[in-house]
Amino acid sequence: MKKIKCAIVGSGNIGTDLMYKLQRSPLLEPVWMVGIDPQSEGLALARKHGLKTTDKGVDGLVPHVKADGVKIAFDATSAYVHKENSDKLTKLGVVMIDLTPAAIGPYCVPPVNLKQHAGKKEMNVNMVSCGGQATIPMVYAVSRVQPVKYGEIVATVASKSVGPGTRKNIDEFTRTTAAGVEKVGGAKVGKAIIVINPADPPLIMRDTIHCLTEDTPKQEEITKSVHEMIKEVQKYVPGYKLVNGPVFDGNRVTVFMEVAGLGDYLPKYAGNLDIMTASATRTAELFAEEMHA
Amino acid sequence: MNLKGIKVTTHDMSLRDGMHPKRHQITIEQMKSIAKGLDEAGVPLIEVTHGDGLGGASVNYGFPAASDEEYLRAVIPLLKKAKVSALLLPGIGTVDHLRMAKDCGVTTIRVATHCTEADVSEQHIALGRKLGMDTVGFLMMAHMIEPEALVKQALLMESYGANCLYVTDSAGYMLPDDVSARIKMFRDKLKPETEIGFHGHHNLSMGVANSLAAVEAGARRIDCACGGMGAGAGNTPMEVFVAVCNRMGVETGVDVFKVSDVAEDLVTPIMDFPVRIDRNSLTLGYAGVYSSFLLFARRAEAKYGISAREILLELGRKKMVGGQEDMIEDTALTMARERGLLGKKAVA
Repeated sequence: MKKIKCAIVGSGNIGTDLMYKLQRSPLLEPVWMVGIDPQSEGLALARKHGLKTTDKGVDGLVPHVKADGVKIAFDATSAYVHKENSDKLTKLGVVMIDLTPAAIGPYCVPPVNLKQHAGKKEMNVNMVSCGGQATIPMVYAVSRVQPVKYGEIVATVASKSVGPGTRKNIDEFTRTTAAGVEKVGGAKVGKAIIVINPADPPLIMRDTIHCLTEDTPKQEEITKSVHEMIKEVQKYVPGYKLVNGPVFDGNRVTVFMEVAGLGDYLPKYAGNLDIMTASATRTAELFAEEMHA
Repeated sequence: MNLKGIKVTTHDMSLRDGMHPKRHQITIEQMKSIAKGLDEAGVPLIEVTHGDGLGGASVNYGFPAASDEEYLRAVIPLLKKAKVSALLLPGIGTVDHLRMAKDCGVTTIRVATHCTEADVSEQHIALGRKLGMDTVGFLMMAHMIEPEALVKQALLMESYGANCLYVTDSAGYMLPDDVSARIKMFRDKLKPETEIGFHGHHNLSMGVANSLAAVEAGARRIDCACGGMGAGAGNTPMEVFVAVCNRMGVETGVDVFKVSDVAEDLVTPIMDFPVRIDRNSLTLGYAGVYSSFLLFARRAEAKYGISAREILLELGRKKMVGGQEDMIEDTALTMARERGLLGKKAVA
């Protein structure tokens, strides 16, 4: 099957890691990487891997979209510029997968709701956030057993894995993730907290998921559901691992996760990059299958 | 040490940092009476929020007895002279909380980050300044990096618009020379009009000594807690600091007897346990661990049978930073499992 051609907008940590994931995909082929800094390490790596590059932002890509057959674009820039990027590309018929917390399109957390995006011909879907991809499956694993009145997630990431875009966007991260905990995770009220830890050697991404259930938690069913969901996530993020729990304390259910990456661009501690880029790749693969159908 | 004639702004922490030993359960009535007492005693600035700052209400840090907005709207109208500040940790609170605080009448916003992560504070500091607030950059766990590295982070916050920068000894780990070196570096590299502050914890009984070292090195804003009520072994006790300042001729404008009456009659009686140096709070200061971890470690000790001291030491060894309260139960669980202390129930 002919691979669907993709463009990566953003040449930072996420965009560069995404390139490696896309190059391994049986359905997708990254052909362009878009940056704004001619000195960008990501752009240099992209050229080395045979991608065309521009340092003129999305405007540098637009004239080539038709000729190069770009059908899917990934935005790994920042929430502030996403809408403009998206408008320019969707106008040309390019499907946009948004890895910023801008969230102008519907949320996609693959093990929870990927199937719901099938057949809808959406032009823009949002991947929530790294913390959202790592935790929302767990909130859902509880809420599919019984109603969750409150879901809270704490994502702790290594300082070295957090690029300038995310740092400028930290409020957008907490807002978008909290909204995802509600809309996709199924908690009535959601809250998200992010902590950046500079320890050296860097710590592997940690994610803690607290759910408060309406009624007494059904311990066995929740435990089973959590383990099944972990296996689902492990299909595309092998380093997604339960460290402790589920802990049951009154109506509180807490799960302690660790997310190790594949070490494609940044080392394995940066599971936050992997879970985001792997989720985006999986989402794009679904769309690629539909484009072929 | 000659500090005669120096004017220092004291900033009370008992209704914010003091929320930690109270598990964030200070009632609105208690807040009102203590804040009124502090105002009458001449304390110029009083911090009021959840212990973990605006938006701290959570499973992870504890749900408070009332919302930040309820506390602020109850306290601010009562004060004749004192102003109210609010703490905000990016990653926990957002600019929405900041706008709410401003709307309630908060005049000082303190934007707190771990000492190496100042660049997550840009949107919050910039907004605080844009709203015309007294905007403070608060670099936590400042003992973890050298003065040269710390001042670079302070310069970032200053560039975003902060008019006051703090050296924050969240673990109560610093000794006077550590404080002097950092404050001197700030005074040397920051703009002359930028104010410098120090926030101490009393875990090694150095609260007052460190604060004096800070003043000598150029700090003019000192965080203290009335009755010493704060995380760990508490903050620098306000009444003690003011008494020492009086003896040394440092001007705080605070009435030592009135503020010690507030400590004795209003703050101490609401404590759930004596906030003092015990083996666990000593461990915080000795090993350089975030002071707010104390009660979480005690609860984990009760639940999982690992001593709070061992848990705290392990958290220090793993270089946990402020906000990682979730890792306390996680660490206790892992230690308990390794020691065969866990029944099947607690672990899946």
